[in-house]
Amino acid sequence: MTVPIQAVNDFVIKFANVNGSGSASANGMFAKALFRMGIPCAPRNIFPSNIQGLPTWFEVRVSEAGYLGRREGVDLMVAMNAETYAQDVAEVRPGGFLLYDSTKPFPKTLRRDDVSLIGVPIAELILGEFPDPKQRQLFKNIVYVGALAELLEIEWAVLTGMIEEQFKGKEKLIGPNVRALEIGRGYARDYLQAPLPIRVARCDGVGDSILIDGNTAAALGFLWGGATVAAWYPITPSTSLAEAFELHAGRLRRDDASKRNRFAVLQAEDELSAIGMVIGAGWNGARSFTATSGPGLSLMQEFLGLAYFAEIPAVLVDVQRAGPSTGMPTRTQQSDLLLGAYASHGDTKHVMLLPSTPKECFDFAVEALDLAERLQTPILMMTDLDLGMNDHISLPFRWDDARCYDRGKVLDADGLDAVEKWGRYLDLDGDGIGWRTLPGTHPEKGSFFTRGTSRDEYAKYTESGEVYQRNMERLERKWATAATLVPKAEIREGSKPKACGIIYYGTSEPPMAEALLALKRQGIELDAMRIRAFPFGAEVYDFIGRHETVFVVEQNRDGQLRSLLIIEGDLDPASLVPVLHYDGMPLPAQVVERHVAEYFAAHRKPRLSEVTP
Amino acid sequence: MTYVAKPRTHHPKLPRNELGLTRRDYEGAVSTLCAGCGHDSVSAAIIQACHELSIPAHRVAKLSGIGCSSKTPTYFLGKSHGFNSVHGRMPSVATGANMANRELYYIGISGDGDTASIGLGQFAHIVRRRINMTYVVDNNGTYGLTKGQFSATNDKGSTSKKGAPNLYEPIDLAMMAIQIGATFVARSFSGDKAQLVPLLKAALKHEGFAFLDVISPCVAFNNHNGSTKSYDYVRAHTEAMAVADLIPIHDEIRIDYAPGTVEDVAMPDGSTLRLHKLHGDYDPRDRVGAMDTLMRRAQAGEIATGLLYLDDDPSDCHEILNTVDGPLASLGEAELCPGSQRLEDINAAFR
Repeated sequence: MTVPIQAVNDFVIKFANVNGSGSASANGMFAKALFRMGIPCAPRNIFPSNIQGLPTWFEVRVSEAGYLGRREGVDLMVAMNAETYAQDVAEVRPGGFLLYDSTKPFPKTLRRDDVSLIGVPIAELILGEFPDPKQRQLFKNIVYVGALAELLEIEWAVLTGMIEEQFKGKEKLIGPNVRALEIGRGYARDYLQAPLPIRVARCDGVGDSILIDGNTAAALGFLWGGATVAAWYPITPSTSLAEAFELHAGRLRRDDASKRNRFAVLQAEDELSAIGMVIGAGWNGARSFTATSGPGLSLMQEFLGLAYFAEIPAVLVDVQRAGPSTGMPTRTQQSDLLLGAYASHGDTKHVMLLPSTPKECFDFAVEALDLAERLQTPILMMTDLDLGMNDHISLPFRWDDARCYDRGKVLDADGLDAVEKWGRYLDLDGDGIGWRTLPGTHPEKGSFFTRGTSRDEYAKYTESGEVYQRNMERLERKWATAATLVPKAEIREGSKPKACGIIYYGTSEPPMAEALLALKRQGIELDAMRIRAFPFGAEVYDFIGRHETVFVVEQNRDGQLRSLLIIEGDLDPASLVPVLHYDGMPLPAQVVERHVAEYFAAHRKPRLSEVTP
Repeated sequence: MTYVAKPRTHHPKLPRNELGLTRRDYEGAVSTLCAGCGHDSVSAAIIQACHELSIPAHRVAKLSGIGCSSKTPTYFLGKSHGFNSVHGRMPSVATGANMANRELYYIGISGDGDTASIGLGQFAHIVRRRINMTYVVDNNGTYGLTKGQFSATNDKGSTSKKGAPNLYEPIDLAMMAIQIGATFVARSFSGDKAQLVPLLKAALKHEGFAFLDVISPCVAFNNHNGSTKSYDYVRAHTEAMAVADLIPIHDEIRIDYAPGTVEDVAMPDGSTLRLHKLHGDYDPRDRVGAMDTLMRRAQAGEIATGLLYLDDDPSDCHEILNTVDGPLASLGEAELCPGSQRLEDINAAFR
């Protein structure tokens, strides 16, 4: 007989549901309850591209130690979808548990000796309780949360408090919801052995953190950062970003006296139009952004080339999903990096920001608006489905009220009168960035023609190869300026020099601390660097230069960041070893650990334990 | 094209407008289009309309897509900012620009390839959104810059320069505009300045989406016998349904027309739009009637011109979105940033 898993605040629970059944809010409530008990946890919604009737899962990594990357294997499966029983039971680790609706028996053929079954006759329990069948379906989910409260020792007041908050203003829904919780709890208390060997306990693991998704965080960043025009086309997983902006702008950006909006949100007819609107608004002096995902970024290519070449501020968020083509539209990946970096025909390069946390989504959204106007070019913020759509424990957002927006080099009427010699594309400051003017500024001075065709320093059309080349070289100077302005890479190096390093970015951050610790236990110590932007700053290449071998961790098949590093830094490909994960699920620490350890074994790299006895 | 640079000095007797400016102050660079191109006449009409309306040129933004027509904003209003964007995508750029600053005049110049083919989707949606602008299509039924392919507005049976007939149905952009929600729709002919200039003036003063389909023959590729977009064909087959005059605020309004043929419409700025009904009981404010007439005329091989449709109480996208007065682009931190205390509230809401 396998020994049951014993763990306090350190396990993975997974909910298997049918989508469209209201499970997401019950599962979200479960995760938030743990968060409110001070327990670090990472909820992840694994959903189908469908509205109703297909299997959907919700996974919560609970880790008092703060390891919030995805972990392989499930300790407690809440199997509420009979269709996926076989798959769900197979995922449970030996010694784990599976809770199911025992109104119908669990198939004998699927039972495992090393998994404890916990039956709760949920359908039967609520049958007499709630007459409305639709309500019954919703309350089924609440019932298992109630049972889990007893089984895992979730604080009752935390749960009921959340229900009261959720239904503030709709008080008559509070009673039935609490009743559903009680039904589950009562059954577990009376008929099951509670608590389980795995359980939770209040701790002090989250401090003043918040629990929020990256899309909402980015939307708030754009709101605080002064974006006034948002144009977008619905596409998973970016939709909720534009919707969050509209929601919060409606609350926080309305003129009190006139009740009119200090923002405009346009749902465009497609992504081409969305980016076109952003570029039009940016040209005319408004801070503007769009949010999209891979297929949208593909459609926006031509316009991005225009904005690069005509030098117009624009901000785009790509909430990446698994490609190519429609790919796996509800799964995560970091596979648009090359598409973003070199979007559009001709010699183009784009600034990319690579946030890892909701806090960085907020900060980088503000930063993106500043950088776009400073550099007069598109800024692409590359997040992904995992960061964008899932709640993450994050440092709270901060705003310095003394902060001013960087509106970049814009000449107003006085400026135009004062300046001796002005040409839109004259590099007066040596940083590759010209001074722009906005339409309507001055009756006599400062008008010019914006175009995607070649032009001289005074914005006059030209087909002179020499002038064209001069302009392209100035754009390179601007690119070098960009490399000094974007967020620097975060480097973790010990005092002792190490032979190997590891590079990662975005949502590969959460599992990394755990992976590095596991590797250290095997005698493999690595310096680490998290890249936060493209173009790469000097610190990125210095780090690579200090190490014999550098692993590059990313969530795509082709090692896109590795390619960018090689191309832009003219590096020897042999010095960068790809560590790749691209099944559409967030990266688990174990994958990194395995890949790196295998490399060490295969290349007979000396381990720390062998070097220093 | 014309190689002679225009002298910058003004004739002392050129009439000056309310701003003390002459027509020459509204000109742009020398046109590089073919001699006799209809598009140059449209540019000249825009210059005249803006001069006569005393619009400060720097308060106009000119936007275009790609093609011969889209090159023309360089040739008028040299003191305006211009934006030669991406093929077929001027509507989205104009939409964004208009959202950023509602206080400028927006003139969009496009062609039949730019609007009716590659840009048909964006055209439909800018009409729906009722962006406050004047959208002009220089319609010649052909792709000029790529040397004479049929465009989507070319009539079925109209022939190419080499004599091959067009096999496909034409798209009537004016009809589409009326159907989708434009509040001002006109059709004119680049060769009829007397009709075009007043229509442009009325369109510029219209506070909503104004669309002008201007048939503008291509002398290089579509001005031969057999073409239904040649100067000769268009002259022989047009009939004006109604035309418009814009009467400035201070001009006395004299009624000296036959009863029933003239109607005055008050404009928001205090001026008056005078409608001349030229064709029987055609009423340009009857949306369904306008579409009916357009279809019947087209079926008969005729081209209905003039002011085809007018909603004299138009709305625009800013009204729909309930945005504040003044440009969004000029709002600063004080108006835009909710500040640190509000952000603490947000943090609290996510705990």
